[in-house]
Amino acid sequence: MLNFIAKRLLSGVITIWFIATATFFAMHAVPGDPLTQEKAMTPAVRAQLEARYGLDKPLFDQYRLFLGNMLKGDFGISFTQENRRVNDIIREHFPISAILGVAAVLIALVGGITAGSVAAYCRNRWPDRMVMIAVIAAISVPGFVIAGLAQLVIVAMNNAAGKTLLPVAGWGSVSQIWVPALVLGLGTMAYLSRIMRASMLEVLSADFNIAAKAKGVHGWRLFFHHQLRNAVLPVVTELGPTIAAITTGGFVVELIFAIPGLGRYFVQAVQQLDYTVIMGTTVFYGAFLVLVVVLVDISYGLIDPRIRLHRGRS
Amino acid sequence: MAKSLASRFARVLSGQSRWLVTFLFCLSASVPVYAQAVDAENAKVTLALATEPPTLNSAVATDTIASFVLAHIMEGLLVYGADGELAPGVAERWELDANGASFWLRESARWSDGKPVTAHDFVFAWQHALKPSTASQYAFIFYPIKNAEAVNSGKLPAAELGVVAVSDYELRVEFGQPCPYFLSLAAFMTFLPMREDVVEHWGGRYAADGDKLIFNGAYVLDKWVHGAHLRLRKNSHYWQADTVKISEIDMPYITADPSAQFNLFRDQQIAIAPLDTGLLNEAVERGFDIEYFHTGSLFFLEFNFREGRITGNHSFRKAVQRLIDPDLLVNKIIGLPGIKPAYSLFPVTVKGNDKSFREEYPVMRIDPDIAAARAHLQEAKIELGLSEWPPLVLLAGDSPRALQEAEYYQYLFKKGLGIELRIDQQVFKQRLEKMRRGDFDIVAAAWGPDYDDIMTFADLFASWNDNNRGRYDNPLYDRWIRLAQGSNDARTRFNAMAQIQRLVVEDVPILPTYENGALYVQNPRLKGVRRSIFGGDPLFRYAWIEE
Amino acid sequence: MAISVFRFAPKTWGDADEVEAVAPLPLPSMASPTVILSALMVLFLLLFVTVGPLLWKQSPSQQWLSQISDGASSAYSVRIVSDNGAWRPSAKNDLPRGLTVHAANTEYVRLHWPKLAGVERYRIYRGDANKPGLGLAMADTGDNYYQDRLQLSREVYRYTIADAETGLLLFAREVRPEPAMSAFEAQLQGLIPLGGNEEWVDIPAHPLGTDALGRDILARLMAGGRTSLFVGVVAPLLYISFGCIFGAIAGLMGGWVDQLAMRFVDFVVALPFLLFMILFRVAFGIGPGENGIMPLIVAMLMLSWPGSARLIRGQVLALRSQPFVEASRIAGVGTSKIILRHMLPNVLPMILVAFSFAIPQAIFTEAFLSFIGMGVSPPTTSWGALCNDGIKTLLSHPRQLLLPALLISMSVLAFNILGDALRDATDRRSGVVRA
Repeated sequence: MLNFIAKRLLSGVITIWFIATATFFAMHAVPGDPLTQEKAMTPAVRAQLEARYGLDKPLFDQYRLFLGNMLKGDFGISFTQENRRVNDIIREHFPISAILGVAAVLIALVGGITAGSVAAYCRNRWPDRMVMIAVIAAISVPGFVIAGLAQLVIVAMNNAAGKTLLPVAGWGSVSQIWVPALVLGLGTMAYLSRIMRASMLEVLSADFNIAAKAKGVHGWRLFFHHQLRNAVLPVVTELGPTIAAITTGGFVVELIFAIPGLGRYFVQAVQQLDYTVIMGTTVFYGAFLVLVVVLVDISYGLIDPRIRLHRGRS
Repeated sequence: MAKSLASRFARVLSGQSRWLVTFLFCLSASVPVYAQAVDAENAKVTLALATEPPTLNSAVATDTIASFVLAHIMEGLLVYGADGELAPGVAERWELDANGASFWLRESARWSDGKPVTAHDFVFAWQHALKPSTASQYAFIFYPIKNAEAVNSGKLPAAELGVVAVSDYELRVEFGQPCPYFLSLAAFMTFLPMREDVVEHWGGRYAADGDKLIFNGAYVLDKWVHGAHLRLRKNSHYWQADTVKISEIDMPYITADPSAQFNLFRDQQIAIAPLDTGLLNEAVERGFDIEYFHTGSLFFLEFNFREGRITGNHSFRKAVQRLIDPDLLVNKIIGLPGIKPAYSLFPVTVKGNDKSFREEYPVMRIDPDIAAARAHLQEAKIELGLSEWPPLVLLAGDSPRALQEAEYYQYLFKKGLGIELRIDQQVFKQRLEKMRRGDFDIVAAAWGPDYDDIMTFADLFASWNDNNRGRYDNPLYDRWIRLAQGSNDARTRFNAMAQIQRLVVEDVPILPTYENGALYVQNPRLKGVRRSIFGGDPLFRYAWIEE
Repeated sequence: MAISVFRFAPKTWGDADEVEAVAPLPLPSMASPTVILSALMVLFLLLFVTVGPLLWKQSPSQQWLSQISDGASSAYSVRIVSDNGAWRPSAKNDLPRGLTVHAANTEYVRLHWPKLAGVERYRIYRGDANKPGLGLAMADTGDNYYQDRLQLSREVYRYTIADAETGLLLFAREVRPEPAMSAFEAQLQGLIPLGGNEEWVDIPAHPLGTDALGRDILARLMAGGRTSLFVGVVAPLLYISFGCIFGAIAGLMGGWVDQLAMRFVDFVVALPFLLFMILFRVAFGIGPGENGIMPLIVAMLMLSWPGSARLIRGQVLALRSQPFVEASRIAGVGTSKIILRHMLPNVLPMILVAFSFAIPQAIFTEAFLSFIGMGVSPPTTSWGALCNDGIKTLLSHPRQLLLPALLISMSVLAFNILGDALRDATDRRSGVVRA
């Protein structure tokens, strides 16, 4: 087990290095630099700025310097948000993306598992068909359209009620989380309910299920203890990529709903060529993803007694 | 069982349990409190910001959001009054002469920690802004002051700058060149005072957060959550705090999306929201009062005059001039009231002797004419010895309006002149870099005034100006600029400007397209908000809420 | 929700014992009505973008300046009017008694009213005659005349003149502008010769209306669909081919080559997809005059190939140890022949399935990037770019967003159902039992 974790972590570190290097050189291949400004500046001022940010050094030296600082956990100071450390930007804004992401994953999980189970129980009857139609709709409509329409619906609702039932945008209160989280998690929810339905159908016809029933287990106990626990495994497998996608993919939702998450900063940084913020956010996200994947691998072993990690690769 | 499963999931999901704690805390602790657009009881206004200010350090701030916040939390020697006139700020009175200016500061002006605002705070701030190590983009705005350029390029120490504190409450400025508009400069944000001890204490982190700066304006920055929330509260140490009627300006939303802001307005969450083309009809249908103001900025097409560019040919530029009709662009493509077609280098908001410059010196208007345009193009073809027109590159920004405009020009060029115009759409930094390098034939550019004088537009296309991206080089143009810059006499200056205006129409170094206006909706109970080009926009310093 | 591109990620068939594969859904067989419907839908979309432009001959880039953001319209005639930006009533015009309309067409409405003592500035409002309220404040003026040229269309307007200071309403009048086109535009569009003096011209129908630049939406949907479907098919074709070759080489060579190749695949998989799409897209840039399709496809190629590489490598490894392959090798059959005879027929169905799932993904990715303004560059357009144009006018002209969004949804849906059916069929054929 320890051996496995160590192996995964080591490959994770190399992955992060790879991400950092790829980002660094891709970024420097873009014409222009973050110091380019609307107003022309004197050579003296420009030289000062270049020296301050270390841009006067050869590219490879900059790369070495960056790697060194990265090992120390320091991503430097933002170019566009003057005086703000990239570490501070990540520390302040990632939790927001994370809360949104966690809420989205929660909604997707609860919704997906429920809808999938219901569909499987009512196979080929109307609840099943309803769920499958909803799934198809959620999968086929682009997210940005859903986000825009969701806002329209909220506004129409508030207008009809004559008061603010749900805020249209912004961040800071619980009621401002759910709508963007739902929009963000909708696609995943649809995907998960498909998987859940399939795996629940399989469980329902499995030997152990029939055996449990024969033993007299029934009701919720049968559902939670025997059926759900087994049927949920494929869903857990999907969690890694799901969390990854949701946390790094939330920026359209963040933009439309005016949520100050990290994704928004990344897009802004790319457009402004803010080197330090681009590097900081990409490496951070990369590290986060690697961590999530390792954690999911481990948790998979914890949930399913049939799989033992120490078996490793054959 | 269900519970343990759920908690296992939670562990899997959260990765680090810290996030889970944060999340649960968020669920349980926060009670939904919705902001209210205007709150008469507490004299509170709620707004949305388009972006967060990149910095609130007045020495390096450049953008309009910072200018808006700084206008509320800081006060310079002079300020813009309720009607947009220059009014006394920290300076009680002043004298302006050909060689310099003197300011006498009021003794009642206080910083938010109770210490008096002195002439030294201004001397320090200006010297600080000019130091090469500060790398302020706006350093050039000090250049009329003696030795400013030398200090900025590091040739002279900061102490040599022509600004001295004669006493704690008297400031003397020496000019290096005539500067009849210095008073309007004194109201500009880069000229705001700074406290040496505070700046030294925080060093590079100065003004990075709300608690890392000090205020002398009508408000203090009470809360600054990056990317999410700013809040201004009335400053009790402000010397005329009793005239400030709005006691709290809350900005809990930061979004650049006009639709999001409009939705917030419609939902009565914010007091002011900008409008764009797509939102106009909706706002009209809801019966909102739609207001607009001239932002003072000029949008134009700039031609590239570098060696080997076809755009250097005069007949070609005349052809483009006869093809592109600013009136058509504004009315059909942009389609917003309040945006004006532009025909001159100087927008209508530029001041002249007594009235607006454009009223005193009307501009010649060239009517669109396809036949004439094609005739000019034919001349250009012969002059350049071309048998066929190569495709031209139009460098454009990536905003929706910029793109729409570019597509319109592309169509006009194709249909009207038979020229293929290739759109080079670039994000902000790359566009600036390409402009700097001259990597374009035509660029859709814009210029906003830095200070309240005609020169902020006029010297833009002087051969020595680094912001002259097309490298237009006309000795005649330069001569008129030098004449105006060397003169303190208003009539001489404006006559020279009239020549510049005529030259721009005749020689077409740029083709003005429109003068920008901003449309917005405002809560009808909120009164006296000043929308303006200079001195922070919107300004709530003189605003009040009607019961 | 923005991560739609991940939704139908083809299964990453990892090492068999590491991750258990998901059971296939009991999906309709190849001949079910749903599948036939989807196939018809795909056929319709393909015909729409290929044959459509041949039937509907309007140019997607023609800008009808006199019909900006117009609703659905049939062909009609317009009067040619000579436009002159500046207008003032001539002296010979009598002083109006009330609010007088000197001209009313969709190019300009000219209003003239008597000067009133005590009123210094007038404010002109324009509203929809069928709706209450004053409408939009057009301008403040000190003169007693006004020319309105702002995006006029063929509806009935109500103009109201008020005192700008007090808000007191002075005059009101309903005006129905006559369809018109400026001589400048008519010359530009080539409808009348330069210097010609035709009085009327015909303009074509726009069954789905026009967009914010007066372009025919139907024609743009066809042109946009070509880009979207092209990217949707070509990008997966390229990256799946590359992934297959990469995976096959790794699988066939085995040993350290395989190890190294698979580690590299792990790294690429770990790159945050959308972040790198955006980064690559900016890094490659779009030169002037390029349509931006190539950088998009290259960026997708660089990031999306590992899935199929893993898939193929796993299959090749599995096949290599199959008795019939071993037998062939012992019998002295050459490697290339083994690949052609045994390997290819066995992996081809899987590649097809992966491909059919990759198409909707690629369509979504393109739509998403174009939507955030990092996709194709004008005059080229795509469904995503049309959505991006449309979302700005969602409130006033929802059609401009909903139509391209509908087409994206239709194509994604159809390809997904086809992919499901295909997977189902191949599973049955090859008898692979997963899970």
